[in-house]
Amino acid sequence: MSYNVKEEGNVATVYLDGEIDMDVTEKAKEVILPLVEAKKEVHLNLKDVQYMDSSGISVLIESHQKAMEVGTTVKLKEISKSVLKVIMMAKLEQVLNLD
Amino acid sequence: MDISVSKDFAVNSKSLKDVRDFAREIFDQSPVFSQQKDELVLAIAEAAQNIVKHAYKDITDTKDVMQIKISFKDNELTIGFYDKGKPANPENIKHRKLDDVKPGGLGTFFIKQIMDEVVFKEAAGWRNHLVLTKNFNHQQ
Repeated sequence: MSYNVKEEGNVATVYLDGEIDMDVTEKAKEVILPLVEAKKEVHLNLKDVQYMDSSGISVLIESHQKAMEVGTTVKLKEISKSVLKVIMMAKLEQVLNLD
Repeated sequence: MDISVSKDFAVNSKSLKDVRDFAREIFDQSPVFSQQKDELVLAIAEAAQNIVKHAYKDITDTKDVMQIKISFKDNELTIGFYDKGKPANPENIKHRKLDDVKPGGLGTFFIKQIMDEVVFKEAAGWRNHLVLTKNFNHQQ
């Protein structure tokens, strides 16, 4: 997994790339959670994420819940077909903010 | 087309990519799997992850391997997982309720959603032997 962060005003867009599994969840959290804790509106761009497993879904849930806790939002942008399939399998499309 | 392939993997999170590549390579061999290839790869990766995360919890430097065997015969796909980690208690392997939204606990749910049967069996020389099966007869 690789990533790129672009910040504009209070919006931080995190472009994730590659496969998100148990091996990279800590790295993903280290990128996303500090932005959430800084109360940025975080946009996770998932168009280049080809694979995500339950560990990756846990990162999305944790980020979403942390955002609600601190009073900001995490939005999922340009979700790839394979990631969307997993989100829907977990029945999280009504829970997470899908754009 | 019959398939019977097995491969050993180091028990650590870095192996999970190799596990997925192994599964993808096999499922690319027959059009039977094309519609559900991604889901099948996910089920296999989640089961392998469970071995790393639970059977080898707090063990980071093991030289043990986990073995994955994929067989396809008479339109039935069988995927066996073998490990020598901590004994799995099938009663404790339950996914969380979906409406209890929190990180974790989804891997087993995915496996059960994707596969027809998920059972633990005995296997000589191994401590845990998980078997996933899926019948493709109704998909012809």
